[in-house]
Amino acid sequence: MPNFLFEVGMEEIPARMIAPAQAELSRRVMDLLTRERLLSPENEVRSYSTPRRLAVQVNGVLGRQPDAREEMTGPAWSIAFKGDQPGAPAQAFARKAGVDVSALRKVRTAKGEYVGATAVRKGRDAREVLSEGLAAELAALYWPKNMYWRREKPERFVRPVRWILALLGQAVIPVEFGGVEASNQTYGHRILHGKEPITIGQPDEYVKALEAAKVIADVEFRRHRIRKSLDAARSVISGGRWREDIALVDTVTHLTEWPSAVLGRFDREYLRLPDEVLVTVMRDHQKYFAVEDAKGKLAAYFLAVLNTEPDEQGAAVIRHGNERVLRARFNDAQFFWNVDQKVKLEARVEMLKSVTFHKELGSYWDKTKANLRTAERITGLLRQRGTQLDEAALQHATGLAKTDLTTELVKEFTELQGVIGGLYARAQKLGEGVAQAIYWQYSPSAMDDPIPPSIEGQVLGIADRIQTIVAMFGIGLEPTGSKDPYALRRAANAIVKILAETGLPLSISDLLDSAPDKPTAETREKLRAFFRERLEFWLREARGFAYDVVNAVLAAGADDVRDAIARAEALAEVRGSEDLAAIAAAFKRIKNILRQAVEKGVVTAAEVDQAAFRDDLLRESEETALAVHAARLDQHVEKLRKQREYRAALQQIATLRSNVDLFFDKVMVLVDDEALRRNRLGLIAAVLGRFSTIADFSELVSA
Amino acid sequence: MASLSGAHKAPTFQELLLRLQTFWAERGCVLSQPYDMEVGAGTMSPDTFLRVLGPDPVAIAYTQPSRRPADGRYGENPNRLYKHLQLQVILKPPPDDIQEIYLKSLEAIGIRLHEHDIKFEEDNWEWPVGGAWGVGWQVMLDGLEITQFTYFQQCGGMDLDPISGEITYGLERIAAFLQDVESIYDIVWARDPRTGREVKYGEIRLQEELQLSVYNFEAADVGKLWEHLRLYESECQELLDSFHQSFKTEKKSERHEKIHGRVVHGGETPADEDVRKAMRRFPLLGAYELCLKCSHLFNLLDARGAISVTERVAVMARIRNMVVGVAKAYAAQKLGTGAA
Repeated sequence: MPNFLFEVGMEEIPARMIAPAQAELSRRVMDLLTRERLLSPENEVRSYSTPRRLAVQVNGVLGRQPDAREEMTGPAWSIAFKGDQPGAPAQAFARKAGVDVSALRKVRTAKGEYVGATAVRKGRDAREVLSEGLAAELAALYWPKNMYWRREKPERFVRPVRWILALLGQAVIPVEFGGVEASNQTYGHRILHGKEPITIGQPDEYVKALEAAKVIADVEFRRHRIRKSLDAARSVISGGRWREDIALVDTVTHLTEWPSAVLGRFDREYLRLPDEVLVTVMRDHQKYFAVEDAKGKLAAYFLAVLNTEPDEQGAAVIRHGNERVLRARFNDAQFFWNVDQKVKLEARVEMLKSVTFHKELGSYWDKTKANLRTAERITGLLRQRGTQLDEAALQHATGLAKTDLTTELVKEFTELQGVIGGLYARAQKLGEGVAQAIYWQYSPSAMDDPIPPSIEGQVLGIADRIQTIVAMFGIGLEPTGSKDPYALRRAANAIVKILAETGLPLSISDLLDSAPDKPTAETREKLRAFFRERLEFWLREARGFAYDVVNAVLAAGADDVRDAIARAEALAEVRGSEDLAAIAAAFKRIKNILRQAVEKGVVTAAEVDQAAFRDDLLRESEETALAVHAARLDQHVEKLRKQREYRAALQQIATLRSNVDLFFDKVMVLVDDEALRRNRLGLIAAVLGRFSTIADFSELVSA
Repeated sequence: MASLSGAHKAPTFQELLLRLQTFWAERGCVLSQPYDMEVGAGTMSPDTFLRVLGPDPVAIAYTQPSRRPADGRYGENPNRLYKHLQLQVILKPPPDDIQEIYLKSLEAIGIRLHEHDIKFEEDNWEWPVGGAWGVGWQVMLDGLEITQFTYFQQCGGMDLDPISGEITYGLERIAAFLQDVESIYDIVWARDPRTGREVKYGEIRLQEELQLSVYNFEAADVGKLWEHLRLYESECQELLDSFHQSFKTEKKSERHEKIHGRVVHGGETPADEDVRKAMRRFPLLGAYELCLKCSHLFNLLDARGAISVTERVAVMARIRNMVVGVAKAYAAQKLGTGAA
């Protein structure tokens, strides 16, 4: 059984796109082989990638598709054969089935006797099938950003395709894509091997042949080698460690074909710059790993991962070059730091007038004014509700929060906005509370980032974001589908996370009311739906609640984040109980009855909302029992609900089950007597309304 | 002892220019001269911006002083300049082995590839004001970005076919690297072969950096800059309007197709001949120069901190309209006059 190898060689693929493309190509090749019945049961697939290639090797591919047998039924026997003599219809059917007339036989069916034949579909040669299929799979590969390179733009791909290697056993599969014909040749490391082609005799030689040409095709092996090289290179510093950075290891793995590492050093003077700045320069701008000493403090070293294997002289040259670059970068940072100190943050407030926040919403100066008003209102609410915070520090921090946008350091390292402001506030001795709040204002930016440690930082983060969200919605810039250019979803996620993880007594409506731009009623509805969606996302993605629990809880209220979480926790705990499942079924039934009643005009929606009934119209003992039980339970549940004893409250509600079941067993709701009918609808509406305040059980999906 | 830059005999700044230009000239490039107007990047020179439009093959290389007023540092920062020099190479269509040729050019300036770490890292280029973008890389040499390598995809809001490959060398950076100096101003620009006397980059350029930083940040008269901008803009707009009125090009490409078609079929009337002639001599290149003026004035106003929030977006949109308008008109002109 031949092995199969497919490699497409390109000009350097962007590092961030390689891993998904490798996985996709591997999946596409396997799907193709499966679809075309070319895969033996004992197959084995491996995939490879480097910056210049994607490859898939599959061992256990069939040389040709197996022949397929197909039982065919043709015309009625009596029409096809006159006696034993085949007539024209028999001849035609034999041709269609690809068999000799003598191979036709009689088959009995319920409808009578027919002509039958066993057709044999010859399997096609694997090379022929793959030759057609592989080019189509390549063309369909997804790239986040594509380009044209050939005249008349026949295809788009991430970068120009330079070679294709396609082998089945020792035979080349004739594939053509991007004007390149497949062969049995590949290429090694650009510099260490040069442009001499490497001939691959058969698929199993691939990895070794590339290794000889200074290319490690296996990504995990390359990653491992990088980690080892980093360990080895830093070992000259006693007790030193390179700072773990999984994302950076991943990036350099996809930037190299033959990696090694070199340790460089920088002047200890630069260690006076904040760690945040040093690490950002090293990691984000130079793709260097930071090194720390035995105590975890940043050391005056860095590690660069190379795409080559230099000798001693080369290593010295490369180290020297990288040190030069880093020195210039640090120099810049030092220069910017010093220049920035000449203008205090307070003096920069005015400069915010010339920094655009949004063309319709004005400058960051305007934004700061709006943030101050927002923060002030939130502070007022917190004061009323007995939450302590340093109001002066919050106000000071909010007023200065955006001023670092005018600093040279932030212009250079935009990813450090907020952080730089905080560091400058500290350097300018504006107080630790102020500095902390500014420093943490943009955190969390991703779901697993920490929230600001101080309450002032939390409130600033909330005020800044809610002001942005309300203002953007106000001018119609809400996110739609996959489009969220102002990252408003991320901003709302951060608000939800801060509310979820702190005890801040603030609801979403409180926040919407705190923003100075008053939303119209319509916009306000959109905002509420938007936050509900974010809360739903939080409950499901961050907390892992089942979707029906989330729906049930949010249907009963999505305004108070902490409360929604507490209700979801309680509901998730008790939802498995038989009684609650029965209640859920009964509530669903009530909802249906009420809905139909409204649709048919038996009652109005307003009447349902009123949920009024009269005790003197309760005729049957089961309806009286339900009403009495519900009334008694109502007070009890309400008390527990107010104390946020949701689990106990839900357990109480579950005790309604027997009365609800009995009611539906014995009592007819839609009776002819109008007064009775109305009263019964009122009763069930009341039961539904009173006991759906923690969760709307009708949303629960039975197990 | 070999120098730690790995270059065994580091070229002077002017030798670097000469070697790169010779290298590309030997590979068929026309060496054009720097465009004699203020531009923010070599891409904005008509030798790139306009030549990448249309189907005609191009192989051209030129150095281009590029002015970015806001980047000025009064000559005090060792790594930053108001005006730096780029070597720009445009190849349309790009040859299949363009990366290998590029690597050879590094060898030509004394970089022994085996002794260095070279990476092509994703870096896409975009000039929104010119409706232009492309994909490509920054070429990293021992951690230093020495070249911007771009496959142009669109220009003036129009798809390019064939595309162009653009290679932009940052000359000061490369020279400082090769000569292993810490400051751009210490780069040896020239060395007198008779006496060995060296002339440094600073001697040639420091005063200009200082004085123009002062001008850009402090002295430029904001009112007059606005006035210049207004004048250049209105003149450019008038030219564009006149072009469209004369040749009815606003009605999309129908007319060009028609004119072009007749040219191809040779059945032209005297009237068509006149139209073609008038079109060919229409000064769209003049209109483009006015755009360049506007773009530089905008950068100056920006460096002066004179552009307010509301103005900024609006002025950029106006300049974009002009630049893209000229590019489209230029493409129409080429098509309409058969001057392809």
